[in-house]
Amino acid sequence: MIPEPASAGTNTDDNLHASISVRNLTVTYGNGFTAVENASFELEPGTICALVGVNGSGKSTIFKAIMGFVQPAAGEIRLCGRPVAEVLKRSLVAYVPQSEDIDWNFPVLVEDVVMMGRYGRMNLLRIPSRTDRDKVDEALERVGMTAYRSRQIGELSGGQKKRVFLARSLAQEGRIILLDEPFTGVDVKSETAIIDLLRELRAAGHLMLISTHNLGSVPDFCDRVVLLNKTVLAAGPTAEVFTQDNLERAFGGVLRHFNLGGAALHSDEDPRRLTVLTDDERPLVLYGNGKSASGESPPKPHEK
Amino acid sequence: MMAELLVPFSYEYMAKAMWVSALVGAVCAFLSAYLMLKGWSLMGDALAHSVVPGVAGAYILGFPFAIGAFFTGMLASVAMTFVKQHSRLREDAVIGLVFTALFALGLLMASIWPTSVSVQTIVLGNILAISNEDVVQVAVISAVSLGILVLKWKDLMVTFFDENHARGIGLNPGMLKILFFTLLSACTVAALQTVGACLVIAMVVTPGATAYLLTDRFGRLIVISVALGAGTSFVGAYLSYFLDGATGGVIVTLQTLLFLAAFYLAPKHGVLAARRRRMATAEASS
Repeated sequence: MIPEPASAGTNTDDNLHASISVRNLTVTYGNGFTAVENASFELEPGTICALVGVNGSGKSTIFKAIMGFVQPAAGEIRLCGRPVAEVLKRSLVAYVPQSEDIDWNFPVLVEDVVMMGRYGRMNLLRIPSRTDRDKVDEALERVGMTAYRSRQIGELSGGQKKRVFLARSLAQEGRIILLDEPFTGVDVKSETAIIDLLRELRAAGHLMLISTHNLGSVPDFCDRVVLLNKTVLAAGPTAEVFTQDNLERAFGGVLRHFNLGGAALHSDEDPRRLTVLTDDERPLVLYGNGKSASGESPPKPHEK
Repeated sequence: MMAELLVPFSYEYMAKAMWVSALVGAVCAFLSAYLMLKGWSLMGDALAHSVVPGVAGAYILGFPFAIGAFFTGMLASVAMTFVKQHSRLREDAVIGLVFTALFALGLLMASIWPTSVSVQTIVLGNILAISNEDVVQVAVISAVSLGILVLKWKDLMVTFFDENHARGIGLNPGMLKILFFTLLSACTVAALQTVGACLVIAMVVTPGATAYLLTDRFGRLIVISVALGAGTSFVGAYLSYFLDGATGGVIVTLQTLLFLAAFYLAPKHGVLAARRRRMATAEASS
């Protein structure tokens, strides 16, 4: 038997381990500003990782470097053990954009956007096959947007908009999914639906990297956290990294921080303290006298 | 009566004018679908004015106008990039500066060294008197551009809609943008021949803007836009025979009339439809 090199593409895609390896990455922009310096972290398949840091800490630069928009001045990024350009060519990295980056008046319907996920797997004329249409239907069904498929994208709520772009990354069958602020402007119901979907994708071996200000939800569903402030301050399992000490180092006074305990909270001798950390979205609440995330999470505040 | 209406077709120069106009109108309309979505509409205007000295120079020195136009088009983009990088001026000021400077130079050249091409021809176009060599140039530019657009329209759409995603599916957005602007420059040069430097902007904005009011799907937008561009250009050239008016003026007036019709009557995005919806909601809530 002669192996078929043509069909090897799709077959090996499934066996590829979705991994991100950032080693001693330094990115310097044209104007001489160094946005990221000597950053390193490793991520394995089946992971949901939060990328956390203040604005300007280099989160979007890391995303840009993974998408090949900026070239490293030093160090390197490897995706699935290969160079970035090669992995992008094979349509393996899906990107869920921030809402501000999209022109919501663009004349495309929901199903058109999801179909864009398939373009990398079509021939040069981008004529959809039966498989492409099936994948789009399936993706729309999975995010619960089938009923809205013929709507123009501007006619959706914040949460629905996010789900459309998530459906596009499903249709794309990307092994690595980058999500830029997926919870901004999203109602609680959509947030839960998105998190459930991310968990399913994790179980299927995908790797998700999420840039977020929504600190409260991080311990809920992220296995790992990369704390960023120009360089990587800490990276590892959420319970070890997502601690009050580390967060204070990462945010250095930018976070709203409430620490309640003793007489301020109750009248008995209970030594536990309540700490609330918030970066303007859902706050992180820490219980107990220790300073690590317990994984317990308070009920979500209701949005108006 | 009927015979009278067919008269323009019996003149070779009229037939040529109508077909060339339609072809140029079609490809400009195709580009307009993209241009107006990105807020880059005035780039078309800037380009059309910037290539004037190149066109004038080409006629004076006697080589194909497309080469001269290409040369000054490149000069314009280099100049814009240079001024922008070395000053704190905003982009619109830089574009305004560079294109008017080149346009003035072009007018000066054409008036100091009078040749077969008059200032009026450059500014207003003169499709009725177009030479056969120029017809070949215009036809080749338009046909090649149209071919590339038909092959690449979806890739360009993704690039204009979401550059990050374009990268994620293995496209090269930088190269696609360069391709787009190269086509735009080439087609503004072609349109220069039909409607003149002043009205090129209408050719690369109005059909797309009209179609935008009529549909929510990009593929249909392109089809409507191209149909409008080709149709108005053909009919415009035809009518100019009877009206004895400048072809460019007739074409752009037709395009504007269709835009106004869409603006008021479009089924979903028109002014009247919006008013009906407002009334319906007011009724429902009362």
